[in-house]
Amino acid sequence: MTGRRRGYLLAGALILVLGWLVVYPITLVLLEGVRGPGGWSLHFVRLFFERPTEWRALWGSLWISLASVALAAAVGLPLAFLFSRFDFPGVRVLGTVVALPAVLPPLVGVLAFLFLYGETGFVSLFVQWLFRLEGPAWRLEGAGAVLLVHAYSMYVYFYLFTRAALASLDASLLEAAASLGAGRWRTLRRVVLPHLSPAIAGAALLTFMTSLGSFSAPYIFGGGFRVMTTQIVATRLNGDNELAMVETIALTLLALAALALSRGSHAPHAPATGRKGTAPARVVVRSRSVRGGLAALAWGLAALLLLPHLTLLLVSFVPIGTWTVEPVPPVYTLGNYVTLLEDPVRARPLANSLWMATVATAAAVAVALAAGILSVRRRVPGGRTIESLLALPWAVPGTVFAIAIATAFSVDAPWAGRFILVGTAWILPLAYLVRNLPITSRAILAGFRGLDPSLDEAAATLGAGRWRTLGRVTLPLLRPALLAGASLAFVTAFGDFVTSIMLYTYDTRPVSLEILSSLRQADVGVAAAYGVVLMLVSAAVFAVGAERGSAG
Amino acid sequence: MTGYLLLEGLVKRFDGVLAVDRVSLALERGEMLALLGPSGSGKTTTLRLLAGFEAPDAGRVVVDGEDVTRIEPVARRFGMVFQHYALFSHLDVGQNVAFGLESAGARGDDLRRRVGRALELVDLAGFERRRVGQLSGGQQQRVALARALAPEPRVLLLDEPLSNLDPTLRERTRREIRDLIRRVGITTVLVTHEQDEAFDLGDRVAVLRSGRLEQVGTPDELYGSPASLFVGGFVGRSSMLEVGVVSVGPAGVRVAVDGVEWEVDLAPGRPAPEPGPAVMLVRPESLRLGAVQAGAIPATVSGRRFVGPNALFALDTDGGKVLEVVAPPAAARLGERVGIWPSRRTGGGIHLFQAGPM
Repeated sequence: MTGRRRGYLLAGALILVLGWLVVYPITLVLLEGVRGPGGWSLHFVRLFFERPTEWRALWGSLWISLASVALAAAVGLPLAFLFSRFDFPGVRVLGTVVALPAVLPPLVGVLAFLFLYGETGFVSLFVQWLFRLEGPAWRLEGAGAVLLVHAYSMYVYFYLFTRAALASLDASLLEAAASLGAGRWRTLRRVVLPHLSPAIAGAALLTFMTSLGSFSAPYIFGGGFRVMTTQIVATRLNGDNELAMVETIALTLLALAALALSRGSHAPHAPATGRKGTAPARVVVRSRSVRGGLAALAWGLAALLLLPHLTLLLVSFVPIGTWTVEPVPPVYTLGNYVTLLEDPVRARPLANSLWMATVATAAAVAVALAAGILSVRRRVPGGRTIESLLALPWAVPGTVFAIAIATAFSVDAPWAGRFILVGTAWILPLAYLVRNLPITSRAILAGFRGLDPSLDEAAATLGAGRWRTLGRVTLPLLRPALLAGASLAFVTAFGDFVTSIMLYTYDTRPVSLEILSSLRQADVGVAAAYGVVLMLVSAAVFAVGAERGSAG
Repeated sequence: MTGYLLLEGLVKRFDGVLAVDRVSLALERGEMLALLGPSGSGKTTTLRLLAGFEAPDAGRVVVDGEDVTRIEPVARRFGMVFQHYALFSHLDVGQNVAFGLESAGARGDDLRRRVGRALELVDLAGFERRRVGQLSGGQQQRVALARALAPEPRVLLLDEPLSNLDPTLRERTRREIRDLIRRVGITTVLVTHEQDEAFDLGDRVAVLRSGRLEQVGTPDELYGSPASLFVGGFVGRSSMLEVGVVSVGPAGVRVAVDGVEWEVDLAPGRPAPEPGPAVMLVRPESLRLGAVQAGAIPATVSGRRFVGPNALFALDTDGGKVLEVVAPPAAARLGERVGIWPSRRTGGGIHLFQAGPM
């Protein structure tokens, strides 16, 4: 059949393109790392192992990621239980507010922490004043600072995953446990926690991988504390390209090892019960004082968690140089936002980020759609390869991909699939695209899997050809998945810092780099205004995604 | 073979395993045929071969003299109602029904009129603007029927049409579907694993087993003269016993059951069995039970189930066999010792088959 042959051809072409974008650059990095000026050489590998600074950075990456997991879990899990299982005034609103750190892109979160807890931050100054101290009570620097930012931005994974799992918990399971004589703690330990364990493991893995690839926080707050991501950038700035490659390989191996370890440790087990049951009812707190206490605790927590957002907003209204020693800013203005829109130099990054993120998102959605049609609908051979290639960038930290893409596309060798894209406008959209493939395709492939295959067959018996079926049946039904995949991709690309810092040029500088340079020029108002824009775009996209997702 | 819809020697293998093995069937125009069989019997694959979702490894499908074997489903003009209906949830009822008409080029007033007519046909006039999700299961099924019938297909295919409905709704829906299809007069093939459904809906029933056609016939034929032990056991209630055929005479057959000899009538039109070991299939209404006596197999009543004017008795014979007998509820008590013998008028309810694997 010709249709089948065309399917094979398309699948082959897609595998080729994905291999070129995903596997090829990393392979090149691997090769460069073991090549010296005079051919193959393990010189740089040896160098890497001989230097204590490298070992320290590797160890730093590992322990900070493990500590981030522990800390994020310690914050996120109790919050998930608090907001899912108990009923007190404001529980629904606060339950949403608590997830809001998710709308701060990494660099913006760092910025907000700087304004709050930095040497001249609100909280620092307040504490200094409160205790009549000579200088600031602490310095927001080193591993502690990085850990704080990580915990703040990543507990959301634990919080959201656990809440979703708790919502899917069948109340009859708890009733069954009670009828079998299990007390509250035994039920928690033997019934609830095993049910939650896949979600918790998922959140832990996500947190670990995000911390391992985290760049903004160690870059800004790290000081003398080095992790692999910052080490790679520093080495590259020193011009030790080959050593940077070896470092890149080391970080990749660490990430892949973590992934392999997590796959091996918990075999996925399907829940024995269907999803028919109802979620357990919230525990209504009767005692007035406990109820009040819980509410006060929750509101206090929410305020603490929203402090970064509010600070960002406040600072964005402060004109440059007007706020020095006063506890609150003396003057407010919309000037920073006007600058950001009207000053051609300042407005450029916004336009850049907008078009680059849009192009990258559209491309990622197109690739994911093609993969879904080929792998899920038509089940061509090679479907699994396509899906693995799409998922692979997830396991590779952003810095690594930036280096890999910079390496692959800085040479003009068309016959080897290498072109000079570094320094052009296309390198960043390409990098964003590769980085976005996993999240976009995960959402869209899941959408495809959720469609009843007989819908296609029904359309066929009703005389609809392939394209009419795609346009009238498949795409409309996939809309929630498409929106979810696209919005996640857009938000990530729009606020990206990790890959951008290694690949941007002055003409293609994105918002994140403009924030950094504003900060360096002490123009905190504009930096904050940019931060607010990123935050609002993220929030809007998440809100749209959530609403459409639930409506569809 | 002649007929409006012909299936000629259809063969389909999946990874080398035969799913459909040389199935041939012929339907007259307007006839309803039920494909009946246990799961894995190849009935759904046969339906998908008809629809064109699978291509046969051998054989042809012919409609009205046209060979459609290699024609894509899109161009085949076969209507289909899917097991889970496969309604387009993002479209309303009217748009669902219009979908196939639009493919055929209907537009404007003509389209609206034909959608209205199709909905009227299934008693859902005026439901055009309803969302699919707001409908009950029975209504969804009727929308699926209207959608399939609207483009006036040559053949209607129904995949387990009632399996998704409440048991209480099934009988009524069955009647509605039957009346509707009679009214439209469309040639129909339906797949089911429910005997009642097949007997009630099908003019004829084709019994499939492991991809092979065991027997095609009217419900009466299948029940009264099963072509194989499998069909006899699959259709209606029965007990199966290993017996010995002693002799075959003009009056009937003498068989030895648990050491007792019975004289049984044979269903007309069946070849007489060879003397020797055989398997006897007995309908519960063809046996009598009463006091232990000569010519009766001694047994103990091990179960009694009330089924209206009669009761269904489960009996353990002393020889270790299990038999079912229909008798008035007061005929015996649980645990009672009774004798069993064949009724004078077995009504074709006793069948003998060659012993051996089924």
